Amino acid sequence: MTDKATHTAPQLSVADALKDAALAALVAFGLFFFLIGLRSEQGPTGALLVTTRWPEFAMVVGAVFLGAFGRALVFGRGPIRIGGEMPSWVTHALAVAGRFAAPALLIFAVLTPVLFYQNRYILDLGILVLTYVMLGWGLNIVVGLAGLLDLGYVAFYAVGAYSYALLATHFELSFWICLPLAGILAAFWGVMLGFPVLRLRGDYLAIVTLAFGEIVRLVLLNWQTVTGGPNGISSIPRPSFFGLPFNDEEGGFAATFGLEFSSTHRIVFLFYLILALALVTNWVTLRLRRLPVGRAWEAMREDEIACRSLGINTTTTKLTAFAIGAMFGGFAGSFFATRQGFISPESFSFGESALILAIVVLGGMGSQLGVAVAALVMLAGFELFREFQSYRMVVFGLAMVLIMIWRPRGLVSTRDPSLYLGADEKKTIAASMVKQGQG
Amino acid sequence: MSGANNRPMTDDAPILIVDHLSMRFGGLVAVDDLSFVARRGHITALIGPNGAGKTTVFNCITGFYKPTSGLLRLAHPDHGVFYLERLLNFRVAKLARVARTFQNIRLFSGMTVLENLIVAQHNTLMVASAFTFAGLLGLRSYRSAETAAVDKARYWLERTGLLARADEAAGSLAYGEQRRLEIARAMCTDPVLLCLDEPAAGLNARESAELNELLKFIQREHQISILLIEHDMSVVMQISDHIVVLDYGVKIADGTPEQIRNDPKVIAAYLGVEDEEVEKVGAEVGL
Repeated sequence: MTDKATHTAPQLSVADALKDAALAALVAFGLFFFLIGLRSEQGPTGALLVTTRWPEFAMVVGAVFLGAFGRALVFGRGPIRIGGEMPSWVTHALAVAGRFAAPALLIFAVLTPVLFYQNRYILDLGILVLTYVMLGWGLNIVVGLAGLLDLGYVAFYAVGAYSYALLATHFELSFWICLPLAGILAAFWGVMLGFPVLRLRGDYLAIVTLAFGEIVRLVLLNWQTVTGGPNGISSIPRPSFFGLPFNDEEGGFAATFGLEFSSTHRIVFLFYLILALALVTNWVTLRLRRLPVGRAWEAMREDEIACRSLGINTTTTKLTAFAIGAMFGGFAGSFFATRQGFISPESFSFGESALILAIVVLGGMGSQLGVAVAALVMLAGFELFREFQSYRMVVFGLAMVLIMIWRPRGLVSTRDPSLYLGADEKKTIAASMVKQGQG
Repeated sequence: MSGANNRPMTDDAPILIVDHLSMRFGGLVAVDDLSFVARRGHITALIGPNGAGKTTVFNCITGFYKPTSGLLRLAHPDHGVFYLERLLNFRVAKLARVARTFQNIRLFSGMTVLENLIVAQHNTLMVASAFTFAGLLGLRSYRSAETAAVDKARYWLERTGLLARADEAAGSLAYGEQRRLEIARAMCTDPVLLCLDEPAAGLNARESAELNELLKFIQREHQISILLIEHDMSVVMQISDHIVVLDYGVKIADGTPEQIRNDPKVIAAYLGVEDEEVEKVGAEVGL
């Protein structure tokens, strides 16, 4: 509290604070008189009856009065400055945590099926979180590295899922053949999206990518003969352990390895499968960042005109970013299809795109660790607060506001340079230097 | 004054011929029938009052604008000939090897100084990494190419006095350092012609002198032809071999610094004064 007082307005006298509080209470009175005080209900005859809720109304106005009074006394007038940055002990704790977070998270992820073998709920949640980690990492290439705001990323997820579902059900191809095919098809559609949006920036790019996501969903919904329309595609083949199906028959996974059959085997396999896919995404992204193409992505995010003056083909650079980002979305999509066994256009609504984008933005654009933590916090956190029902949205909103105040650029906002001249000192680049791209 | 005694041996062949270049934006004629020649190994300055169309000429030469009419013929020392008005966008830099800097500095501010110089070598490294495939596998051929790129970057960092700041964000450099880094970045593309748009803008006297040295060094040691837009006459008069003066998109004078200094039309256009005042100003300039 002491360090906050240094940059607030001079303390108000009690009289002034009371005046402020009375004003706030007056506004609350006017606002909540209709919202809370009066309530219309349908009576037995169908007529509207007005009931009153004066005690609740008085409580809310009183709470506003007390809150405004306390705020005026503590913070004075004007906007509350919560530092604009985190308290120093939080920053310090985060710095320490950041050093060990990546290996700790990886070890935890690898051990999860061992620790929670009996707990199907945790394993399913883990698979869900890892799917979104992978999607976040895929979108991170487009948004975080290349700086192209893509609001239709779920389209590539859908292309991957439907590619796998159609190839597997019609041609009976195995998962390991369908996976690369789904990735290639998604990348192809990434390029298809990339071409028309090459010249677009900012809001325009966002709108067109959003429309692209919706177009894909509507096509899936209406092209009944191929996609099954709203009924989706069911009985998609389940994954097998390199040819050994997870069933209790002779020649199944359990029988071959002399284990007692358990449905958990398949869940554990799926868990490790998505973990491996996510780690491949991470490895490729980290590798690409150190290659000319990845540096060109980041340079394009920083300044596209300067890129052109250096002879960098920004067209192919953008298209590769869209294609590679889409490819990982396609991989995640085909994993989703094989895990669910059933897909329908409902799973690929705009809400999914928004969730993936929120993971990337909250995690910190361009940061692999930040995206992973954000996916974990958002999805696992959502599950944890499920008991509190509608209050979880309040908690979620509050957390968002705090992140916006303390970490406007996401949890991990610093940028790691891709190479160093001095071998020993590894400095990071402050978030304020890094641009966020034209879109 | 023009440093004729330490000028490198050049054959004075034209490197860039600007032939009847015009650029119109709707009804506005930004550049009107401009012709001049920049010679190999020379520093050619393009000067003129604000709004004279200098940067438009630059944007035409470097592929950012497509000229309304005219030819821009670039001759490489190895006899390759490029018509720049037909190469647009990044191809001017990639194929014709014309590098440029910007009036308002355009660095990759969130990347380190070193990364800025590595990005400038994108096309070389892209080929070395077999368009990412060899690089993804970490083949030795790519790693040695990257080492060579770092060595070239180190060379230009030494030349521009930025070696100590190599691992810092480009955006955190001081203004003068950013100007030098932009020149270093342009040089890392191995240009044949270097186009500098007001490199001395915002520099103090000492930094301007250092810039002169750097440009002279580039001209002397690397036999690079330089095309320069500049308002700072201490830079223009000291290092230019040839000066072209523009006013309202039209060339009003063309010659050596000596000739330009004595041209009353230039002084009038530049200072926007009446004829009788030209003599007065001329006296002050030292005629």
